[in-house]
Amino acid sequence: MRLPPWLLSDRAGLVLLAVLALIGVGVPILNLWVPPDHPLHLTAYTVTLLGKYLCYALLAVAVDLVWGYMGILSLGHAAFFGLGGYCFGMYLMRQIGTRGVYGDPMLPDFMVFLNWQELPWYWHGFDLFWFAALMVLVVPGLLAFVFGWFAFRSRVSGVYLSIITQALTYALMLAFFRNEMGFGGNNGLTDFKDALGFPLHADGTRIVLFALSALALAGGYLACRWLVSTRMGRVLVAIRDSEDRARFLGYRVERVKALVFTFSAMLAGVAGALYVPQVGIINPGEFAPLNSIEAVIWVAVGGRGTLVGAVVGAVLVNYAKSWLTGALPEVWLFALGGLFVAVTLLLPHGLIGLLRRRREATA
Amino acid sequence: MPSRTLIRAGFLTLALALLALFGASLARAAADDEEVRATLAQLRDADFDGKTELIEKLVTLDHSRVAAILQALSDSRLYFQEDPERIVIGSGDGAEIAIEDAVSGETLGQAGKRGLDRITANNRLRSLIENRLAGLGLASADPQQRKAAVEAFLRNPDPAGAVPLRARLEVETDGGIKELLALALALADLASDDATVRAKAATALGGQMQTEIRGPLTRMAAEDSDPAAREAARIALTRTEFRLQMLGWAETLFFGLSLGSVLILAAIGLAVTFGVMGVINMAHGELMMLGAYTTWLVQQWLPVNWSLPVAVPLAFLVAALVGIAIERGIIRFLYGRPLETLLATFGVSLILQQAVRSIFSPLNRSVATPDWMSGTILLGPLEVTLNRLVIVGFCIAVFAVLWLALQRTRLGLEVRAVAQNRAMARAMGVRSARVDALTFGLGSGIAGVAGVALSQLTNVGPNLGQSYIVDSFMVVVFGGVGNLWGTLVAGLSLGVANKLLEPWSGAVLAKILVLVFLILFIQKRPRGLFPQRGRAAEV
Repeated sequence: MRLPPWLLSDRAGLVLLAVLALIGVGVPILNLWVPPDHPLHLTAYTVTLLGKYLCYALLAVAVDLVWGYMGILSLGHAAFFGLGGYCFGMYLMRQIGTRGVYGDPMLPDFMVFLNWQELPWYWHGFDLFWFAALMVLVVPGLLAFVFGWFAFRSRVSGVYLSIITQALTYALMLAFFRNEMGFGGNNGLTDFKDALGFPLHADGTRIVLFALSALALAGGYLACRWLVSTRMGRVLVAIRDSEDRARFLGYRVERVKALVFTFSAMLAGVAGALYVPQVGIINPGEFAPLNSIEAVIWVAVGGRGTLVGAVVGAVLVNYAKSWLTGALPEVWLFALGGLFVAVTLLLPHGLIGLLRRRREATA
Repeated sequence: MPSRTLIRAGFLTLALALLALFGASLARAAADDEEVRATLAQLRDADFDGKTELIEKLVTLDHSRVAAILQALSDSRLYFQEDPERIVIGSGDGAEIAIEDAVSGETLGQAGKRGLDRITANNRLRSLIENRLAGLGLASADPQQRKAAVEAFLRNPDPAGAVPLRARLEVETDGGIKELLALALALADLASDDATVRAKAATALGGQMQTEIRGPLTRMAAEDSDPAAREAARIALTRTEFRLQMLGWAETLFFGLSLGSVLILAAIGLAVTFGVMGVINMAHGELMMLGAYTTWLVQQWLPVNWSLPVAVPLAFLVAALVGIAIERGIIRFLYGRPLETLLATFGVSLILQQAVRSIFSPLNRSVATPDWMSGTILLGPLEVTLNRLVIVGFCIAVFAVLWLALQRTRLGLEVRAVAQNRAMARAMGVRSARVDALTFGLGSGIAGVAGVALSQLTNVGPNLGQSYIVDSFMVVVFGGVGNLWGTLVAGLSLGVANKLLEPWSGAVLAKILVLVFLILFIQKRPRGLFPQRGRAAEV
């Protein structure tokens, strides 16, 4: 099998794919077949944690596609991530069936608790896996398309766009906090039992979810890498570097932007959908503006406009977060804040940029 | 609770009675003690109809103790003592109570309840007494007392009690009381047998918002036998409804202005840093938080009433210094890269939040409100809380000072020059780096001052700033970047829009709707309500 040229020239990407393949095989082995008392054994907790990082990495790739290549700093990607998560969470809620606390065959527990008599119309269909999986793509994609279409057509760009994307996710957070919305309000959706008949707490299911996350990340990476290597990818970079010039050359800038923004939102939705069954809960906190900005900083740390950097940044920052919030909870926000400042001042091209420069210096 | 209102009415009328005592003794010759005693003696065995007659007779007697006696009867404290036989007024609880002679007021020491026979009253008698006492109070020399007497009548109108009111109206000199008297008379006339009198009274009562007046009018509009009177009552009620509605709108408008001025205070510093300098400062909210914490610290040292005048300049200084440090340390390396500025200042905001959390604890601090800012005040018929009113005024003052600073001072001139054309300003000898630092300090300082105001309205905690950051950016963008007046108009209109939506949709949904509207608005007019035109717009 011969690799297409756009992939062959992407050495860092090949390394990433190799690593993903390695952990995709290695983690299940270390978790399932290495005995628990062996030092190399991975606990179910670690597997879930790694799976979470992979979902974040996919979100970071989605952010990098629009920020690194198209110059749109979206402070609202957590909204798409959260919407994907809610769509899949609704499927998981419907799967609980009569096993809920109130045992209602149709209504999730929180609706029974709120004294609702029937399922709201927008909950219908979510008992079907294929429908929910479709919605994971459609709902974030549609929102991004509508939002992007209007925003790009009226040439809202730069910091203005950042501010209104932030307002978008903020508005969604406020909306989802409301009980009347029918998404569980403050508590969100939780207490999931199984997906497609597989119990979510079983080791096997966790491993499968982990492997799926790795697969989704690899797929998302390949799709983005392919996209930026096409003619359209060049247009993206042209838009980033000089939007007016690209427009004068005859490119329909707003269409390209809306299309790529929508695609990026769908990737974020998939990441959210894989995230929810692994952490077992989705609540309006996922829409918090801070989450979106954190995703941006992962990309900045790794190096924007590199895609691989987004993955590296997401995993590194989240590893640091898990470690620091456990060991020194007071320090975490200082560290994150310091990271924002340090990366923008000292590392404008991120870690990947640093490596590249070093290699160029030695070569 | 009826008994509580009775007690309150009791105290009121007791005070009243004392005054009536003075007034009566000066103006008229006191009635004979014996005559009062004789009337009182009949009270014990009279039925309620008999008591009604006796009360009316007592009122005509013009004796200084009548008010006290009637009040005691109304409060069930009037007793008949068996041995020696006399009428006494008791006070206190328990088996032994203190008694005094009803007619002379002389204290008689303690007496066992066993030897006392209570003279009972029912609610009909009580309302009669309240009414008659009001009539007695009308004669008082103190306008407050007279007003209270008329108000007592308004609460409990009785056609028979209207006679002293009418007499008083002839001689009353105080304009406010005169109006009130006319109202009370009109209310009494509602029960008149003559349909034209009723209709005239109803017309006179139109537009009055007290429930005591609306109640009888509503009944009249529904069940009066005369169609013309019904119609008059209906028209009067419509006028009342209209006034009530206007009052409701005025209230909403005030709440909107109050919310708007909070938004303006939060956004106006941003209008300087973002609007004039083009720097996105995500730590703006945290600078407000610092201002609020400064207020709290000042209150640890100074009495609450003096704390705010000290806190305002101090908060300005603290926030301005932190702002200048941010500008010199971070932002000046990032000019021309707005997205990176956004990220770096967001990092600063996280650090400031955590610093406050580590130093002051993550719990909210309670900042006290000075006495001169608490309570309510009447603006015409509108009752408003004083602290909101002060903050509206404060917002106007801050805006005016900032506007003057930008338009009338040397620094303001330099700030505008650098914002319009940096290279040319430098060529003219403006030290642009210094101006950048000072402008950022000014914007940050105003954020600190806004924090002082916010500390009077919301909880002061590490998350104070976060909850305003989205709102304040929206206000600036909505108003048009680089335009102080735009910020003012935007803040006020968003505040009022929010409050107009609230009763219809609830607070959270109103906020969401306003956000969605803003997102749509920016799509339509990316440069805001008042876009900059000319060369400045191209930068």
